[in-house]
Amino acid sequence: MSATVAGTRSTTQHILFVLRGNPVTAIAATLVTLLVVIAILAPWLAPYDPIASDVPSALQPPSAAHWAGTDQLGRDIFSRILLAARLDLFIAVSAVGLSFVVGAVVGGFCGYRGGRLDRWVGRIVDVLMAFPLFVLAMALVAALGNRMENIIIATAVINLPFYTRFARAEVNVRRNSGWVEAARACGESHMMVVLRFLLPNVLPAMAVQISLNLGWAILNAAGLSFIGLGVQAPTPEWGIMVAEGARFITTGKWWLVAFPGLALMLTVLGFNLLGDGLRDILDPRMRT
Amino acid sequence: MTAPLLQVEDLKVDFSTRNGIVRALHGIGFTLHAGETLGIVGESGSGKSVTSLAVMRLLDRAGRIAGGRVLFQGRDITRAAPGDLRSLRGAAMSMIFQNPRAALNPIRTVAQQIMDVLRAHRRIDAAEARQQALDLLKAVRIRDPERRMSAYPNELSGGMCQRVMIAMAIACEPALLIADEPTTGLDVTTQKVVMDLLAGLTAERGMAVILITHDLGLAARYCGAIAVMEQGRIVEQGPTEALFRDAQHPYTRRLIAASPTRRSTLADLAQGAPPVEPVSRPPPPPGTGPLLEVQKLVKLYSGTRAVDDVSFTISAGGSLGLVGESGSGKTTLSRMICRLIDADGGDVVFQGESIGHIPARDFHKAPQRRDVQIVFQDPTDSLNPRFTAFDSIAHPLRRLEGMRDGSALTARVTEAASRAGLEPALLGRFPHQLSGGQKARVGIARAVAPRPKLLLLDEPTAALDVSIQAVILQLLDRLRREDDLALLFVSHDLNVVRMMCDQMVVLQAGKIVEAGPSMRVFEAPGAEYTRTLLDAIPHFEPNAAPADRVDA
Repeated sequence: MSATVAGTRSTTQHILFVLRGNPVTAIAATLVTLLVVIAILAPWLAPYDPIASDVPSALQPPSAAHWAGTDQLGRDIFSRILLAARLDLFIAVSAVGLSFVVGAVVGGFCGYRGGRLDRWVGRIVDVLMAFPLFVLAMALVAALGNRMENIIIATAVINLPFYTRFARAEVNVRRNSGWVEAARACGESHMMVVLRFLLPNVLPAMAVQISLNLGWAILNAAGLSFIGLGVQAPTPEWGIMVAEGARFITTGKWWLVAFPGLALMLTVLGFNLLGDGLRDILDPRMRT
Repeated sequence: MTAPLLQVEDLKVDFSTRNGIVRALHGIGFTLHAGETLGIVGESGSGKSVTSLAVMRLLDRAGRIAGGRVLFQGRDITRAAPGDLRSLRGAAMSMIFQNPRAALNPIRTVAQQIMDVLRAHRRIDAAEARQQALDLLKAVRIRDPERRMSAYPNELSGGMCQRVMIAMAIACEPALLIADEPTTGLDVTTQKVVMDLLAGLTAERGMAVILITHDLGLAARYCGAIAVMEQGRIVEQGPTEALFRDAQHPYTRRLIAASPTRRSTLADLAQGAPPVEPVSRPPPPPGTGPLLEVQKLVKLYSGTRAVDDVSFTISAGGSLGLVGESGSGKTTLSRMICRLIDADGGDVVFQGESIGHIPARDFHKAPQRRDVQIVFQDPTDSLNPRFTAFDSIAHPLRRLEGMRDGSALTARVTEAASRAGLEPALLGRFPHQLSGGQKARVGIARAVAPRPKLLLLDEPTAALDVSIQAVILQLLDRLRREDDLALLFVSHDLNVVRMMCDQMVVLQAGKIVEAGPSMRVFEAPGAEYTRTLLDAIPHFEPNAAPADRVDA
């Protein structure tokens, strides 16, 4: 935004410092970075076509040709996992992004203005949270139709209360800060005070929430697909893969479930562990 | 002579930080006998508080005693086991903290908290502890002690909370009491009452006291001996009178010079600074009205009149001090004049135009926004943590003058910064990378950047060390002279207002009790309340008779 003058630590140096002091964050960051790279490059990385069935080589255990084995239609599970990373991550990022933007803005204004608006939004959020959230998501997808956009919307809606409440609480604490008053004295309107001053200051704390939520949103999307209310077969998606593979687990065909499950677990773990480290990186006050 | 109660020998304390190990205390030593009062004075970062924490062995995990020893009642406690320390703390030595409200547990009643201390160290039953707690509350002269026993800390005023803290600290009759800035944040009149009480109680009980303070006046009034600390070293120590009469170390001298007294002028405060030439301003041409006219302003907060029918005027280039204790309405008043909050009655007229009727929420669009600027009390709190100094100063220029990034903006920011005495190299830093004085300068640069005609200053130096206060006051005075800037100076410190302002308005409970030229109000106060305020300021008079001192 402005000229950077010597005397501050560079951002890269700072990130490296945080990671060095916190190896768990470093591992989580590696995991998440790897996942993002896979998601982007999946079509080129996948050794086989993830949808083309090859019935003669169905249900083969992991081998040199098929690292994670093949499923009941002979599709390469490894390729399907790579492609599914792309879809699952897209759903999770869009859903969390949507609920973050809406939640932060709504919560931010409620926390800043208070009064009737705040009370009403607060009650609506309470009502939303009174539902079992996964059931609410199921109901939403069932009502809106079984499409990817609707999965994103459903996941966003069930995440919304957390962001709204969080932003409201954090902004509420800061709304009487001297620097908010100072911004008003500098001629800033109420709206810009919330958007340009309060929300950026709340961001480091929210980053933790975002990271934790991403893992949860992936689990949620997979869960919806698992019960048949999500992405439809034959699209590769971790939830569907686990659901379809579950039928074969009794006959000892463990790889159908184990590898997509492992991918799911590592992803959720990665996002959850990243949370705390992110806060340290994003908060300028940690940068001494 | 008996053995000293506390003997600190060559104490060294290290802190491990992100940038390696930092030595906070470079081998300090002092001795304290039973019944004595030692004042440790110094500015922020001098190691005063670290000293007290090291003596109490309450350093946090990052801190470590790296050398030297602390002898308490002849015992070396530097290497004492945690269990032994626990029985010492509270019983043989206790501490009063700076912020009494934060140091009290908000969800336990006053009585419970005092009883906790008593029962932690003595085998007594609840009824007996209750009786003793009541006696203690009486001793610290809390009004209506029976009723206050069941009060929670949030139901008590700051002064009352500090009395409860004192009651807890003296509950087990410790031999040593450490008071770390016990009255910072309290009004001067409350400060005087609390300190007199503390001095009386400790004298009665023969306790030794270490008073840690940044206020030389306070130390001079209540301590028998004083140690002056600078950057982790005791640069000078000795009996109070001798120290003030004949300070040896240059730092002590500088500190004494920077502390405002009854007679000091701005030029006295920062010695070595170039003298300020009095600017003779041509009298305003007849017919021009005052710059600011406050007419019968009223502000109601849930029924009570926080500001009650206040009127005064400031002429262009003039300066007016608004004095009062917390709750007097001075901050509310300044916010109304600055149009950050709406008044419930009356009007604010600026350059002949009524601005009091523009709602505060729309005032950011008013043309007068850039003419009326404000410098806030707490320099840390008033800067956006995510803005660099440059962005903070550029903010009013971007918003109020519509300036875009570019050389013109950079030039204006640099100019404002240099007028506020802020080095250009510091502009890229975030607030947490700046010292208190530097942050204060950023706040001032931000306020003067849009070239206002009226500058409101809300206790601009209350959070600063005296030597920095001296520099900032001079800076403000120079800005006023050079730019014909009118100042409205809100402060609880009558000395500072006297030096800075031509006119003074004294507020009590939202009402004006006295107004007039500041020299007159200061020298010959008309109202009883003004006199009380003046008397409560702990002055130190290097040459005055020691009768003013309360000896512990």
